[in-house]
Amino acid sequence: MVTYIIRRLLMLIPVLIGMTLITFSIVHLIPGNPAQVILGETATGEAIANLEETMGLNEPYFVQYWNYLLDLLQGDLGTSLRSKAEISSEILPYIAATFELTFFAMLFAIIVGVNAGIISAWKQNSWFDFLAMLFALVGVSMPVFWLALMEQWIFAQELGWLPAYGRQDSRDPIAAITHLYVLDSLIHLDFARAFTILKHLILPSIALGTIPMAIIARMTRSSMLEVMKSDYIRTVRAKGSGQFLVIYKHALKNAMIPVVTVIGLQTGVLLGGAILTETIFSWPGVGRYVYEAINYRDYPVIQSGILVIAFIFVMINLFVDILYKKLDPRIKY
Amino acid sequence: MEDVILELSGLSTHFFTDQGEIPAVDKVSFRVHKGEVVGVVGESGSGKSVTSLSILQLIPSPPGKIVSGSIRYKGEDLAKATEKRMKRIRGNEISMIFQEPMTSLNPVFTIGNQMREAIRIHQKISKKAATEKAIQMLKLVGIPRAEDIVNEYPHQLSGGMRQRVMIAMAMSSDPSLLIADEPTTALDVTIQAQILDLMKKINKEEHTSILLITHDLGVVADICDRVVVMYAGQVVEKGTTREILKDPQHPYTQGLIRSLPKLHGREEKLYSIPGTVARPKKDRVGCRFAPRCEFAFERCFKENPELYQLGDGRESRCFLHTEKKGERLEDATTNT
Ligand SMILES: Nc1ncnc2c1ncn2[C@@H]1O[C@H](COP(=O)(O)OP(=O)(O)O)[C@@H](O)[C@H]1O
Ligand SMILES: [Mg+2]
Repeated sequence: MVTYIIRRLLMLIPVLIGMTLITFSIVHLIPGNPAQVILGETATGEAIANLEETMGLNEPYFVQYWNYLLDLLQGDLGTSLRSKAEISSEILPYIAATFELTFFAMLFAIIVGVNAGIISAWKQNSWFDFLAMLFALVGVSMPVFWLALMEQWIFAQELGWLPAYGRQDSRDPIAAITHLYVLDSLIHLDFARAFTILKHLILPSIALGTIPMAIIARMTRSSMLEVMKSDYIRTVRAKGSGQFLVIYKHALKNAMIPVVTVIGLQTGVLLGGAILTETIFSWPGVGRYVYEAINYRDYPVIQSGILVIAFIFVMINLFVDILYKKLDPRIKY
Repeated sequence: MEDVILELSGLSTHFFTDQGEIPAVDKVSFRVHKGEVVGVVGESGSGKSVTSLSILQLIPSPPGKIVSGSIRYKGEDLAKATEKRMKRIRGNEISMIFQEPMTSLNPVFTIGNQMREAIRIHQKISKKAATEKAIQMLKLVGIPRAEDIVNEYPHQLSGGMRQRVMIAMAMSSDPSLLIADEPTTALDVTIQAQILDLMKKINKEEHTSILLITHDLGVVADICDRVVVMYAGQVVEKGTTREILKDPQHPYTQGLIRSLPKLHGREEKLYSIPGTVARPKKDRVGCRFAPRCEFAFERCFKENPELYQLGDGRESRCFLHTEKKGERLEDATTNT
């Protein structure tokens, strides 16, 4: 297992280099002089020269890229043009916000999706199966922004049950430690605050998690049905095992192998859609951070934001591959 | 008889499919005595697997259903047993192994895990004791390095080794009856012989009765005491292995024997019964084997033959026994 992880990490190196090449070229693919574009039409020649100097834009490309890589390796993501702050420290709370939302959205998607899929397969053609699959069909075809707006309208505006915006009660902000607010409030042993923060997570998590949930439910169901027909399930029954052991031990572990791949891919899709949901729910995540940077042509921030999202995506895939290996002992690399 | 372990009487298992009702097993009756090895032979599609799965109520349902008949195990009718009762029977009183050793073990759990589970379902012992029992069983079926094998996954073993694991697992709760559905079909000839020897040993030393399902009369000759020949869901002939091989009564059995490869013969081509097993249909009239039978005459297509008692416990489902009373159907075997 350890050698597998090490090998898998080594395989990441070319992927990471490719990613940095892409984010590096973002700035240089801008038509015309990047400094001019960044500063706008009215910039003076002196200002442009200054910016070119600080961003190192006068150096040859490979020197610039080399410097960019060296900076990245030291955890230096550059400086925001707008706030003049170090991006590497500025971006952390945003990453935490996106991570927390993604985590809860996927938690919702996996718990509901996998269980609905199992029960649907177990009670194939029952009313539960029928309703769950109808729900899943509606779920995958629903636009996220529409679902988000409907949630806000019904549960926040009309019923007033749940907050529609932000991560916490803005009048009483948390003293952040990790910037994962649920974790932070638990560290403070402030359970009332944890409850408020969880309430803020509900609507955006459901909006973001519904499509993955529906896809996971359908995938789990078909995978379970396939596995239930296999010879080894017959063997388990011939041993005298009960239905619960057959389904939740023997069938589930096999059925989850393809589902895990789907979960990994869906997490990526979900990260890609974060800008939209984070905007609707005023969620201060990386998506929003990048979105605002685009408005200000803050290229270093755009560059870093994209790099960070891509990096998270790669890490999730790594995690999925390791999980895959844990589930299926037949996999060799 | 007192020493009857299993008695099927008029067992019928039908499949209710979109193409209609399929009588896959049609009024099958036979007995297995204590310590006996009974073979069920027939070409593929003759209902052998459905018969054996019915005994443990393991037929996929829907579409399958036991529609009539009884399965008496030590006097108790398993056809009417509850699922709860069946769980106590399966793997404990009656064990089963299957044709496909490559796919019959769960690929994502270790051998030890799967064997422990089988043991601990029926025996209230600790995990450690179960592991020891598993190792002991693996040694019993002739698996080398049993202590290591328990920590390995099925894909790390060969087909023959996996079938040994299946047998070890099946024997771990000391069942009275072992049902083996084509246990050697998927294996090479040498491995086949080893597995059959192992089953003989189990039968002798553990006194386990064995119901051996096979399409191979060679296997039957090797290990069975008595034989039930099935065709298209029905029993067509019954008798001791000696009698059946030496003096087959039903034209189908004769055909099966003719198609056995002969070690000393100089035949250029292997004989095979022309045609294939027709899918059993409900309400069809006539002998099911008639379309392929070289002796078929008018009556065979108009009426359903019953199983005729031929004395000495021999039975055969053929009109020839009424038409040519006393005359034996040996010409079929001697003509080749
Ligand atoms: N799941 C099923 N659904 C429908 N028909 C089936 C099913 N399983 C078996 N059968 C029918 O039962 C008949 C006997 O099958 P089987 O017992 O597997 O034969 P054998 O083991 O002798 O090769 C087949 O002809 C097939 O049509
Ligand atoms: Mg079969």
